[in-house]
Amino acid sequence: MNVVAKQKQQYVTIKGTKDGLTLHLDDRCSYDDLLKEIEERLVKQAGVAPDSPLVSVHLKMGNRYLTPAQEEEVRALIRRSKNLVVDSIESNVMSKAEAIEWMRKTEIVPVSRIVRSGQVLHVEGDLLLIGDVNPGGTVIAGGNIFILGALRGIAHAGYAGNKQAIIAASVMKPMQLRIGDIMSRAPDSKTDEGNEMECAYIDEHNQIVVDRLQLLMHLRPNLTRLERRM
Amino acid sequence: MGEAIVITSGKGGVGKTTTTANLGTALAILGKRVCLVDTDIGLRNLDVVLGLENRIIYDLVDVVEGRCTVQKALVKDKRFDHYLYLLPAAQTSDKSAVNPAQMKQLIEELKQEYDYVLIDCPAGIEQGYRNAVAGADEAIVVTTPEVSAVRDADRIIGLLEAEEHVKPPRLIINRIRSHMVKNGDMLDVDEIISHLSIELLGIIADDENVIKASNRGEPIVLDPNSKASIAFRNIARRILGESVPLPPLEEEEKGLFSKIRKIFSLK
Repeated sequence: MNVVAKQKQQYVTIKGTKDGLTLHLDDRCSYDDLLKEIEERLVKQAGVAPDSPLVSVHLKMGNRYLTPAQEEEVRALIRRSKNLVVDSIESNVMSKAEAIEWMRKTEIVPVSRIVRSGQVLHVEGDLLLIGDVNPGGTVIAGGNIFILGALRGIAHAGYAGNKQAIIAASVMKPMQLRIGDIMSRAPDSKTDEGNEMECAYIDEHNQIVVDRLQLLMHLRPNLTRLERRM
Repeated sequence: MGEAIVITSGKGGVGKTTTTANLGTALAILGKRVCLVDTDIGLRNLDVVLGLENRIIYDLVDVVEGRCTVQKALVKDKRFDHYLYLLPAAQTSDKSAVNPAQMKQLIEELKQEYDYVLIDCPAGIEQGYRNAVAGADEAIVVTTPEVSAVRDADRIIGLLEAEEHVKPPRLIINRIRSHMVKNGDMLDVDEIISHLSIELLGIIADDENVIKASNRGEPIVLDPNSKASIAFRNIARRILGESVPLPPLEEEEKGLFSKIRKIFSLK
């Protein structure tokens, strides 16, 4: 009876796709059983020519949470079979710490104040500033920057390298704009015209462009959608 | 129990000391007991502007270090009976001779005796500034209509807003030249206010008589006819809580020709 059940139970389901192998791993068995089966099914399987090309493996963990150490263990195990390499590990669950980190990076942070000369306002997600940025003041965000007020200082959106980020302001008179690692500064000649309700983004030539706010919905249709972050 | 008001600006030379001397004098004229404290240790000159230079015996550092009592160090301005006193700064040491905790204690002591303690802050945002702000309940930021002065005022306002014991700072715009504002060569009042977004306490027109008066050691508010004097008196009344409207800035055009033009004015 016991033996029959064991044979029936398959913890690892292998599917071949054009991107390599997808492994659906059972999320109800113990972690040790899972490792054992992976080892039996993949590593101990002989018959692969030693010089055959690398095959990438996608792991689908289902509702199982792997700690970083366990992830590393699984990767190492699969790597032991000569031509397989883990490309991605996907799980339906995440730890609270990761969830908080994820939220911090994607939430819109509303701040109501004036960022004055010498002050730096730094948020991880999108910044919604209700107030002004005065000359010499700096706002930095991991995502987009929306300013309900005048931007007269420095704004740096997508500081961790997100080039899709944008900067929008009710009054756009910045000293400098930075998006990702691209920088631009205001022209030396001061003009009074055309700086209300504008947005800045990186165009196809990798340069920061300032244009009408209304263009954003065409340029960044995903701006306000949650999915863009997943 | 009085109020302690620090007068500061960040930038040097915008008129902190002149403002302190004149507001103090104006408040004394209005019947308030006022003590002026010069915290610009090493570069004192509030005493010079008030004409009390040669009466100084002890100074702020002597008081803090316990060499004399506060009462002994205070210099009385005889023109105002018992209403105006000055606690001069030391000239021989520097800003590090005093720390914020000592200043706080000193100002606290002076507040028991006087209605208003006006603290003249040195330029900069270092130790001298921290000393001056330590004991203050309120702050007045002085600026001039120059971009550099407004920048520094903005910086100082940011620092003052971070001080929990100080009420939101108020602004004095000093040395406005109406003809330059009219020609667009100088920042105008609205522009500065919208930029700094704090309450405006008053504006003072540029007036040569202020310099003359300072050099004589007589604050300009003693001259009842000067425009700057009226402006300072109005600010003093606003500090007392009266609502005094801002007078229009435009200079009356003088001469017959402009009068005729006014009559036939097309505007």
